[in-house]
Amino acid sequence: MNAVPWRLRLQNRGLDGVTLLVLPAVGFIVALFVYPFLYGLFLSFAPMQGPWFANYKKFFGDPFLYDTILTTLWIAVPATLVNLLVSIPVAMRVRLMAHPRLLTTILVIPITLGTVLVAEGLLNYLGPRGWLNRALIFFAVTDSPTRLVHNYWGVFLSLVITGFPFTFLLIQSYVTGIDPSLERAGAMLGARAPARFFRIVLPLLVPGLVITLSLSFVQAFSVFPSAVLLGAPAGPTRVISIAAYQAAFEQYDYSMASAIAMIMAVVQVAIVVALLGARGLVYRGPATGGKG
Amino acid sequence: MHGEKDWAGRAWVFGVWSLVGFFILNLAAMIGTVVVNSFGTRWFDTWLPASYTVRWYHQAWDEFQLPDILIVTMEVVGAVVLVSALIGVPAAYGMARRDFPGKRAVMLLFLLPLLVPPITYGIPLATVLYQAGLAGRIWGVILANLVPTVPFVILIMIPFVEQIDPRVEAAARVFGAGTGRLFVRVLVPLLAPGILAALLLVLVRTIAMFELTFLTAGSDSQTLVVALYYAVFAAGVRPGQSIDAMAVVYMLTTMVWLLIALRFVNPTQIVVRGRR
Repeated sequence: MNAVPWRLRLQNRGLDGVTLLVLPAVGFIVALFVYPFLYGLFLSFAPMQGPWFANYKKFFGDPFLYDTILTTLWIAVPATLVNLLVSIPVAMRVRLMAHPRLLTTILVIPITLGTVLVAEGLLNYLGPRGWLNRALIFFAVTDSPTRLVHNYWGVFLSLVITGFPFTFLLIQSYVTGIDPSLERAGAMLGARAPARFFRIVLPLLVPGLVITLSLSFVQAFSVFPSAVLLGAPAGPTRVISIAAYQAAFEQYDYSMASAIAMIMAVVQVAIVVALLGARGLVYRGPATGGKG
Repeated sequence: MHGEKDWAGRAWVFGVWSLVGFFILNLAAMIGTVVVNSFGTRWFDTWLPASYTVRWYHQAWDEFQLPDILIVTMEVVGAVVLVSALIGVPAAYGMARRDFPGKRAVMLLFLLPLLVPPITYGIPLATVLYQAGLAGRIWGVILANLVPTVPFVILIMIPFVEQIDPRVEAAARVFGAGTGRLFVRVLVPLLAPGILAALLLVLVRTIAMFELTFLTAGSDSQTLVVALYYAVFAAGVRPGQSIDAMAVVYMLTTMVWLLIALRFVNPTQIVVRGRR
């Protein structure tokens, strides 16, 4: 009844042997990313005792647990904002450099070393006998060592050390995508540097800023090793990932741990969606100039 | 355009560069203390240790079972690099060459493991791997580490595949090459720079991947970074210099590969996941 063979029809829709090459990767991600996530979601509704929502009730009924959301936000939001606000002017200057590669290479080092090494380094460096406190006393900024580890500031500074390079490199890739001739045109018409930045560059940069802010925030919100090693994991820096880890590997309550992981994911998604929604309110369009 | 020539403009430029300088100074000092401490004998109320020794390296080598940990790290990293290439490169080829229904959904599927932080999906993943009896063993660690690296290879490789002229492949097919031969004889040689870049990035990222390894490793399947975490976590049990000696070994392992990788990739590629 149909003259066209099914193989050919599939081919016309882009499905043939080559498309099948995608299948192993899809199968792998479904098996090891999607399935565990769904499994965790179901497991979180199957608590060790009590009704199906018992884990969530326990989380939002116990300040020791629900406070971890605020604690994490209290560390992650300032760190993300500081990193972003410092990255923008630096990226604007680096854009004018002829050979920025050395600088970007140096900045990639803390990202590559990872949070565990940064934590160990900062424990030495910021400690009461570390070089930083020595320098502060030497220059008579303080007369006794400032406490910078095993509290909020240790975790905050570790998020700056690994987060600033990450944020900067992302911002830099967006800044270099803006056509310099647009700014030159502004300068020709008499706009000074601040006006050129706020009236020309910033509006074009907003979409990139939103993506960067989302990615940096999500990274900072999932802070784990440095909150344990550099912070005070029992109190001021008991972040949400510590609560999830303790539920899973200290109390062996995988159901509760999955519930906390799901709450963590929901907070991250909520903030990213809010940011992306806010992006819709501002200019969207090409960041290049043209004859018009 | 190159800065305003008035004093406010100059002060601003100076301020921005001092900030960068201050950051790099602190970064260097942070790494410096670890290196100096690992060679120091006693270091209390002075700028530098009293004298220097390599004793802590011997001690770390024996006490932390560094040879075993290094072998496990090499096995995990090697397997992750190999498997993510075998799964990722063909998938990238399929994604770049065909437009099929649901391609956007598949793309989203590959983006998610890179956007969601490892600790968030690591806990459910570890739960599943424990129930399958894989976690706590080296295979569990390898499988967990593959979750972000397979999509990473795909996203890096798609633009490289798109750069190859499809007529080259068409010519090979005219001369009778099947998909397998096409891959081995035509595509892999042409894609070699891209594959090399992607795999080096996977290698560097896997050495430094803490969360997924930490959540799935048993006592005999720890990689270097997880062993370092436990050493720092239990600080006080062993001398700090010995922990720092281990940190230096970790740093050297990472930095050697980073330097090799940077010969083939742009530093921003470590952060920006293969856009364009």
